[in-house]
Amino acid sequence: MADRGTRFVNPVDERTGTKIVLTSIGGLYLAFFLFLPLVAVFIEAFRKGAASYWEALVEPDAAAAIRLTLLVAAIAVPLNLVFGVAAAWAIAKFEFKGKAFLITLIDLPFSISPVISGLVYVLLFGSHSVLGPILKSYGIEILFAVPGIVLATVFVTFPFVARELIPLMQDQGSGDEEAALSLGASGWQTFWYVTLPNIKWGLLYGVLLCNARAMGEFGAVSVVSGHIRGLTNTMPLHVEILYNEYNMAAAFAVASLLAALALVTLALKTLLEIRFGAGNAGGRH
Amino acid sequence: MMEVTVSNVTKEFARFPALNDVSLDIRSGELIALLGPSGSGKTTLLRLIAGLDQPTNGKILFGGEDASHKSVQERNIGFVFQHYALFRHMTVAENIAFGLNVRPSSTRPPKNEIRKRVAELLEMVHLSGLEKRYPNQLSGGQRQRVALARAMAIEPRVLLLDEPFGALDAKVRKELRKWLREFHDRTGHTTVFVTHDQEEALELADRVVVMSQGKIEQVGSADDVYDKPGSPFVHRFIGEASELPVRVENGEVWLDDRTVGLKADGAAEGPSSLFFRPHDIEFLSGCGGCFDGVVVGSRRLAGARRLELELGGSQYRVEVDVPVDHPAALRSQINFRPKHWQLFPRSA
Repeated sequence: MADRGTRFVNPVDERTGTKIVLTSIGGLYLAFFLFLPLVAVFIEAFRKGAASYWEALVEPDAAAAIRLTLLVAAIAVPLNLVFGVAAAWAIAKFEFKGKAFLITLIDLPFSISPVISGLVYVLLFGSHSVLGPILKSYGIEILFAVPGIVLATVFVTFPFVARELIPLMQDQGSGDEEAALSLGASGWQTFWYVTLPNIKWGLLYGVLLCNARAMGEFGAVSVVSGHIRGLTNTMPLHVEILYNEYNMAAAFAVASLLAALALVTLALKTLLEIRFGAGNAGGRH
Repeated sequence: MMEVTVSNVTKEFARFPALNDVSLDIRSGELIALLGPSGSGKTTLLRLIAGLDQPTNGKILFGGEDASHKSVQERNIGFVFQHYALFRHMTVAENIAFGLNVRPSSTRPPKNEIRKRVAELLEMVHLSGLEKRYPNQLSGGQRQRVALARAMAIEPRVLLLDEPFGALDAKVRKELRKWLREFHDRTGHTTVFVTHDQEEALELADRVVVMSQGKIEQVGSADDVYDKPGSPFVHRFIGEASELPVRVENGEVWLDDRTVGLKADGAAEGPSSLFFRPHDIEFLSGCGGCFDGVVVGSRRLAGARRLELELGGSQYRVEVDVPVDHPAALRSQINFRPKHWQLFPRSA
């Protein structure tokens, strides 16, 4: 029983040297690929001073792009919220034919390129399509107008809320709902007082991700928007136009808004995860 | 006060029968246990009575009135779930008041009356003072009682409990069992509970419904199902069973080529299974017509010693209980005869 060999060694621990090397690699990687670009965006944005930064944001075309982005998100997010909750409810709580197909369908927007998502609407509503000319004769413009942008955004952000809720609701089962029904609650009361409070953190999380994607979507929207300045340009499209015009400061100023949105989303998401995790652990019966 | 009749009920899940032509009369004010192993259909039957599932065939009557097509809300039952299903975002008081709060305003009691009712119910389940707690701040036994109070709040016609003590530790189970019996005697509700614990069923219920593979094997009091099991399954499932393949000939029980001193009056002639309880035997010295076994194993139980015996030249094995201080050693001989036994015909 000598001193040698009796010291406890944690089986999942590593030597100090290994730790330093691994941590440095991870840290450098993060700094280089995530942190530096983010910093660069803000540095570029403020290169010509705060006044011109502000100027770039309130300039009419930029303001219109910001308004349009907010409008599109304000339509697309609630739509997908309602759809996501309904789909998750159906998938998690009921057995029906074609359920696997529905789940695959919900994932579709994740698996196909956003450009294709946009092209689908061009094919559906373009001037050579069946639907486009008919709608046009009633004075309804879909393509190269706000409705097309909304449609493309809804399509692309389709899975976020449903994907977030399905595993959560499957995990929770139908016990609480059955309890509420047995106590005399109607289906609507059960949803409102029992189901919704049970999923609220997951729902908020899904909505947050959905919103971030709705505001940041470029590919699909780019195809259907037509890039009409002040009319059909969203923030990401506006950034691209400014960039192509070598108007770096303005491009990065608008881009910094999107970056800030991403940061806020991340912060909220982290906050929710802490809350969500704690709530989950405490809420288990 | 409400009697419940289950009439020729069949339930299939995706073509797989979970219940097969089950009929059962539950008397008003009775405390009845549905007892069986997992997969026996006991929970399915309870859920059909509640209206949480629809029978594939057959009827369920509440007080003579067909309730088969009534929704769970219309049946006015109190259901206590195995994992309580308390609403985790509501306090104890809000959970209990839920069934009253969701009523349409025409039948909803005024707020102060609901508060009074919640206080009464909490008193009844001995949880006064915990109104403001959340479910995750309660112990398992406390949650179970909140779930019961919540179910009672709507003044149900029938109380249904699914494995009410299944998730609790042994000591709390025993306490709650006694408490539920008292609670039932005080309130007099027709109560059906599901359990896989025979001890719980025998101790608690007025009548026990023993189920196996989607069918009812036997319905009877604890004395009935324990002392006069109606089938080999019931004998094996309730209490301990030792089992021997015997033959009935000329009104006597035979093991291979010798009689064992048991009169089989009224039993069908031919191959049979003899069942007896390991503890319910008498020991004999010398064997002119009894079982003659050799001790091949010995285990200590709580209050006895259980011996494993070989009979008929190592062909059969049975278990018998002896007092802890019994001198039986390995390979020694033991002569015995069951005091009570049961014969079931066996196809040859």
